[in-house]
Amino acid sequence: MLGFVIQRLIQAAAVMAVMSVIVFVGVYAVGNPVDIVIPPDATQDVREEAIRRLGLDLPLWRQYFLFVGGVLQGDFGRSFIYNEPVLSLIAGRAPATIELVLISVLCATVIGVSLGVYAGYRPHAPLARAIMALSVLGFSVPTFWVGLILILTFAVSLGWLPAGGRGETVLILGVRWSFPTLDGLAHIALPALNLALFKMAMMIRLARSGVREIMLTDTIRFARAAGISEATILRRHVLKLIAAPIITVFGLELGSTLAFAVVTETIFSWPGMGKLIIDSITLLDRPVMVAYLILTALLFVTINLLVDLAYAAIDPRVRSGEAR
Amino acid sequence: MSAPSTPLALFWADFRENRVALAALAMVALIALAAIFAPLIAPQNPYDLATLSLMDARRPPGFVGSGGYVHLLGTDPQGRDLVSAILYGLRISIQIGVAAGAVALTLGATLGVAAAYLGGRLEALIMRAVDLQLSFPPILLALVLSALLGQGRLQLIAALVAAQYAYFARTAYGAASAERRKDYVEAALATPLSGRRVVFRHLLPNCAPPLIVVATVQIANAISLEATLSFLGLGLPVNEPSLGMLIANGFPYMMSGRSWISVYPGVALIVLIVAINLVGDQVRDQFNPRLRR
Repeated sequence: MLGFVIQRLIQAAAVMAVMSVIVFVGVYAVGNPVDIVIPPDATQDVREEAIRRLGLDLPLWRQYFLFVGGVLQGDFGRSFIYNEPVLSLIAGRAPATIELVLISVLCATVIGVSLGVYAGYRPHAPLARAIMALSVLGFSVPTFWVGLILILTFAVSLGWLPAGGRGETVLILGVRWSFPTLDGLAHIALPALNLALFKMAMMIRLARSGVREIMLTDTIRFARAAGISEATILRRHVLKLIAAPIITVFGLELGSTLAFAVVTETIFSWPGMGKLIIDSITLLDRPVMVAYLILTALLFVTINLLVDLAYAAIDPRVRSGEAR
Repeated sequence: MSAPSTPLALFWADFRENRVALAALAMVALIALAAIFAPLIAPQNPYDLATLSLMDARRPPGFVGSGGYVHLLGTDPQGRDLVSAILYGLRISIQIGVAAGAVALTLGATLGVAAAYLGGRLEALIMRAVDLQLSFPPILLALVLSALLGQGRLQLIAALVAAQYAYFARTAYGAASAERRKDYVEAALATPLSGRRVVFRHLLPNCAPPLIVVATVQIANAISLEATLSFLGLGLPVNEPSLGMLIANGFPYMMSGRSWISVYPGVALIVLIVAINLVGDQVRDQFNPRLRR
């Protein structure tokens, strides 16, 4: 097992090294940030001074190694636009995104699993068919379009909920959060629902197929024969058995929901990391782009590493490399 | 009616039985035709700035503009007739979706079949890279790539292909490595037939069904991704509005109740995507041996 862990750690480190080169070179191939940092009527001297200050006069490979050296000491450089250390900029935006992602994945799981269990328990009921139609729509319709319709319905036509921003926030442990206040909850409702719909569709399908399979097994037949109530059967036997795959997907989806948050945050002007990356792309703020991409890559590599290790801990065939 | 005999006729006979899928196919065909013949049926060329008038901008459906005809779905902030803009937008969406899907299919199938056929280190290398890529959400890849490559059709297609080829590679690899071990391939390889012939005549045709299924889904996904990127302002240049950009253009006016600018292009987009997905679902069910009667 130790050998496997070391092997996977080396692989993960190699992937991160490759990703950092690709991201760095890729981002540095785009546009010339000097034109954005200095005023258009600046003299040649000011221009060259800016180039030197940003380190853009060095050859690319030296810029890369300076960057990597900084990153290893926790320094991702300073934003060209905000003139603030990138890491603190991202850290300042992170709570908004984390809050949004956690709430929406939680909603998706709770609502999705309940609907899915019902649809699997009574597969031919009209409501179950409606639920499945909903999940097909949830899969097909692009996230940004759902967001627009939510704004149009709940913010513009009905006027029940605000269409953007974080609302009133509360300071907890030095970080601002929206969810503890009523106003904050009202602001988070629409973006969270928007982000949750796709995951909800997936959870519905997962729970439904799991329940349908388990309901046909002998376990359920014997439990019914023993006179156990349907509610107890569902709770004790069915839910317990479908829990494992749902928890796995829950973990994996946390990562990909972060990616979709980019779209949702843009629509609802939610001041999180996703909005930051879109803004930095349009403003050519290279340090922020590089840092965001590398941190995201690190997040996904870590998630994959943990999933691999968890499977290896459960299934010895994975460790020995038999089941590939 | 005579009994159908060829595989295609049998497939069609099965397909016809699902009314929903048949209606969806008709819808896809209708939209495709409308998009192809857009220059003939659209009342206006939305890319021709000379025909646009700001006097006509943001007018509600039914408005008779300076062109002398009724804007059935209203006009957008630049004064484009929305019917024309949607028809031309569908054209772009379908072109990009089909082009990205076709290139991703070719690239992915080549990599997947090559990995399964050649084996060894190359197989491990290719599939490791593909698996790695599959662990990243495609929307993030497409977003980053289109930001890096800049605006334009080719750049957009490249970004979509990079985000999607891995699904084809995974599918082709799965099918090809299963076929590769079967006796008929071993037998074909034992004869003096060239390896290329075995791959193209024996291996590839048997990998086609799952690839066709993935292709329909991925074309729908490419259209949806393209719309998302254009909505975020990362897709196509502004002078050629795709559906996503039309929706984005209308977004600021939504709050003031002028919702038609965003809503109608969106409806066209959704109908197209859902119809393709419904056709894809039926094709998948028909290829699935477990559901066959």
